[in-house]
Amino acid sequence: MISDLFSVTVLVGILASGIRLATPYLYAAIGETFGQRSGVLNLGVEGQMLLGAFAAFYVALKTGNLGLAVFVALLVGAVMGLAMAFVTVNLHAQQGISGIGFYLFGLGLSDLLFQKMLGTVETVKGFPKVDIPFLSDIPGLGEIFFSQSILVYGAYLLVPVAWFVLNKTTLGLKIRSVGENPEAADSLGVSVAGIRYFTITLGGTLSGLAGASLSIGLLNVFQQNMTSGLGFIAVALVYFGGWRPWGVLGGALLFSMVNALQLWIQVLGIPIPSDIAVMMPYVLTILVLVASVSRVRAPSALTKSFERDE
Amino acid sequence: MKPSQKEWISRLVDGLLPVFATLAALLVGAVMLLFLRVNPLQAYAALWEGAFGSSNALAETLVKATPLLLVALGICISFRGDVINIGGEGQMIVGALLAAWLGLTFTDWPGWVMIPAAMLAGFIGGAVWGGIPGFLKAYFNVNEILSTVMMNAIAVQLMNFLLRGPMIDPSQAELASKIPQTARLVEAFRLARLAPTRLHLGALIAVILAVLVYILLWRTTLGYRIRAVGQNPHASRYAGINVKRHIVMALLLSGAFAGLAGAVQVFGVNYRMITDGSASGFTGSAGFNGIVAALFGQLHPIWSIPASVLFGALLVGANSMQRAMQVPSALITALNGLVVVFVVSSEIWRQRRQRRRLASAPETESSPGSGAASPESAEEAV
Amino acid sequence: MKKFTWLMTVVVALSLILSACGPAATPTPAPVEKFRVAVVMPSAINDLAFSQSMYDALIRVQNEMGGPENFEIVYSENMFVVDDAAAALRDYASQGFDLVIGHGSQYGSSLQEIAPDFPDTSFAWGTTVDTFGLPNVFAYEAASDQGGYVNGVLAASLTTSNVIGVVGPIETGDAKLYVDGFKAGVAATNPAIQVNVNYIGSFSDVALASEAANTHISAGADVLTGTAQMVVGAIGKAEEAGALWFGTQSNQTSLAPSIVVASQVYHWEVVLDEMISMIKSGTLGGKSFVINLANGGEVIEYNPAYTFPAEAGALAEAAIEGIKNGSIKPLP
Repeated sequence: MISDLFSVTVLVGILASGIRLATPYLYAAIGETFGQRSGVLNLGVEGQMLLGAFAAFYVALKTGNLGLAVFVALLVGAVMGLAMAFVTVNLHAQQGISGIGFYLFGLGLSDLLFQKMLGTVETVKGFPKVDIPFLSDIPGLGEIFFSQSILVYGAYLLVPVAWFVLNKTTLGLKIRSVGENPEAADSLGVSVAGIRYFTITLGGTLSGLAGASLSIGLLNVFQQNMTSGLGFIAVALVYFGGWRPWGVLGGALLFSMVNALQLWIQVLGIPIPSDIAVMMPYVLTILVLVASVSRVRAPSALTKSFERDE
Repeated sequence: MKPSQKEWISRLVDGLLPVFATLAALLVGAVMLLFLRVNPLQAYAALWEGAFGSSNALAETLVKATPLLLVALGICISFRGDVINIGGEGQMIVGALLAAWLGLTFTDWPGWVMIPAAMLAGFIGGAVWGGIPGFLKAYFNVNEILSTVMMNAIAVQLMNFLLRGPMIDPSQAELASKIPQTARLVEAFRLARLAPTRLHLGALIAVILAVLVYILLWRTTLGYRIRAVGQNPHASRYAGINVKRHIVMALLLSGAFAGLAGAVQVFGVNYRMITDGSASGFTGSAGFNGIVAALFGQLHPIWSIPASVLFGALLVGANSMQRAMQVPSALITALNGLVVVFVVSSEIWRQRRQRRRLASAPETESSPGSGAASPESAEEAV
Repeated sequence: MKKFTWLMTVVVALSLILSACGPAATPTPAPVEKFRVAVVMPSAINDLAFSQSMYDALIRVQNEMGGPENFEIVYSENMFVVDDAAAALRDYASQGFDLVIGHGSQYGSSLQEIAPDFPDTSFAWGTTVDTFGLPNVFAYEAASDQGGYVNGVLAASLTTSNVIGVVGPIETGDAKLYVDGFKAGVAATNPAIQVNVNYIGSFSDVALASEAANTHISAGADVLTGTAQMVVGAIGKAEEAGALWFGTQSNQTSLAPSIVVASQVYHWEVVLDEMISMIKSGTLGGKSFVINLANGGEVIEYNPAYTFPAEAGALAEAAIEGIKNGSIKPLP
């Protein structure tokens, strides 16, 4: 039965599933990458995702306007990001713990709003699959790469954009310098607070979008705690990727593909206990990182708040 | 060194800041309650009643605070060593599994042998689950946030596998329902209880350990070195400290205390392990909340005691408020989040005041007699 | 410690002020004839699954008995933390409720501790058959294999690809019972059909559940089923692919009216009614109940908007009759 794993159906299936599963991780982890590159660890991603997911779902359900739904999710994520920025930048709050606070707040508030505004699990018409002309007709590959929802394409387009912004623009240089040496950046006239406000808000916005990609892109449903730890995995993937967008993409794909693989292992009836199969993506992510013996250094000022000497 | 009256008051205000911040968060919560058409005063009265209103309520608060404190002690060690352990959930589970296995296998041991042995098993189980990320960080540069998040998920599946398979309650194995739980521990193995409440010996163990952790961190070479590595790894290396080994030790010890918390939950509260498929079903999220408690306690083992009680009270009281007023439990979760954000944000005023004191009287402000580290170093560690 | 003492003093003082300002929090004593039920549930009352099945049943009982004046319901939802649930159960018991229900098999251990301390309160828990030999504990269970079997029979007669996919949480309890019954029903109807089962290791991971459904569909399944609250994501995927869906625990038709064929729905009121009448006549426990097709506690609710061939319907009805009269045993 193990040989069944190598059939075309299964390989195509794994790739297609992996690409879909990686979508929310990409949005959230790329956003988190910007934050961490500027020296801010945000553990509240999961809460921002949940609020974004609910906001998008609710608007889509009530208005049917998917563009508006995405906009509202972005807005909600941005507001959560701004709050996080205020707390960590202005109030110098410990980043890890305030993130946990925002996570709990988002978890609770999204559930509360869900109960009071909807009351029951419903489905919504989300973004349809968009076939890219010609390319989607390629056998096998077409289905994998060119027949997905627009929010899936967006996540993958975000990777080169993020890479470009971080590495090839002045803004990216400022972000990196604030994350490495805020004192030096400050003395060169870069507004440390401004840059961090920008990155944290961007992170929140993208987390909101990550939530929307679940509730109106991939699943078209909202349920309490529907992210179920996804936001924390996204934060972990930033470390896996060594704070580089392409690395994050690699990590997200690896984790998602292995997850898709374990689903197939069960479907094909390969005799591994289900719990052990479910462990696989987590174990392999660690093992790959061990094997690659990465020497990437974290941004020096990560988790450290900055205060100008008076 | 005796602080002046003014300074004493100023320190008092510092100590009370988390309480003020909590009250401010509850004020925001009151607005949310009004939206739900619930009288906030009644609701908060119910919260207070549930946390401190009777001896039983107080006992429940302490029962809740016990695993928080144990996890927090581990967090004090690891965060002081500048390693971020968010794997408390998984470490609790593995510690509990090992302790439960011991208690269910050697049922003929006398209780006074089993209980220390089981606590040790929990300690070891947690140490292994914390030590692995420590080892990977020190020798393979695998970030501990990544590995501890992943190890949490692995521990949950390990628990589900063991509890529905090899470790399942033999009486359940025959039934159609097959509840994923172990058999119950024999009476002799259960931690002594202050009947009729659920308050158990684990609370006392945790307080004693808080003192021991304080001694470890500030009165032993190991503790000094862990802190030194946390504050400045480069300088430590020049001073001849084996930095890698102390990174491993910091995470290993941190995991060990979380594992002990797991063992205490099994032997003091549940008397068996049950899974609902998630980590928090067993841990009650103590592995996460313990981090919050430790930071409320300024990463100081002794201060973590009141901090754990305060946070435990909030969790217990919130649940009874939910019951009394029939408010959705989601509101309580959101409220807890607000409290965390508000408390952590209030830190800045304490730091400002401390800095002002430092500026006015630099010689009196060596690290306070209790040995609390400066807030700056606490901040660096997070 | 001085700071802490101070801190506590201030907290006490503040709370005194608070409670002095507020109206008394104690609820007004209930009239004697009112029956009071408290229930502790692991997930939300609107989960379209296990918890909702109990909440809906309680509401139906309340309507039968003439509304909230005669039948009071209080609940604690999302009590997935076993330890918190124990505190809730004890608290409800001490408030003098007539019946305290722990609606989750993980609560049994706690009830075993609590029930002896409140000999005048009746407790119930499920899903299980174990009353611990205590005189004030009821146990209840759903023979979910029966509805699973019927769903399986119907699924087997509707599949054209001869591949059926199942999405489950963890391989245990009510979920495993349902899945095993479902597989038996399929096998009894057409042994050539392949049933692929996927346990995703979580009750909450909607994304993974929906990807599991995608995987089943890629593997050729044209009929899907699943159990527990995270399957709401899987139903959507079935709808997208035009695959059929069979529900369990609560009626899931509303999620995808075009493809949900039938749902096994738990009608716990069958058990609740009997329990309540026993409690009213002075028996507080010691009995275990099963809801099944024969006693009406499990009902196969068809989706009126979905029509299937009469032969398939006849097969399903025959299975229901067979299980009711005992000639079919879903699980050995």
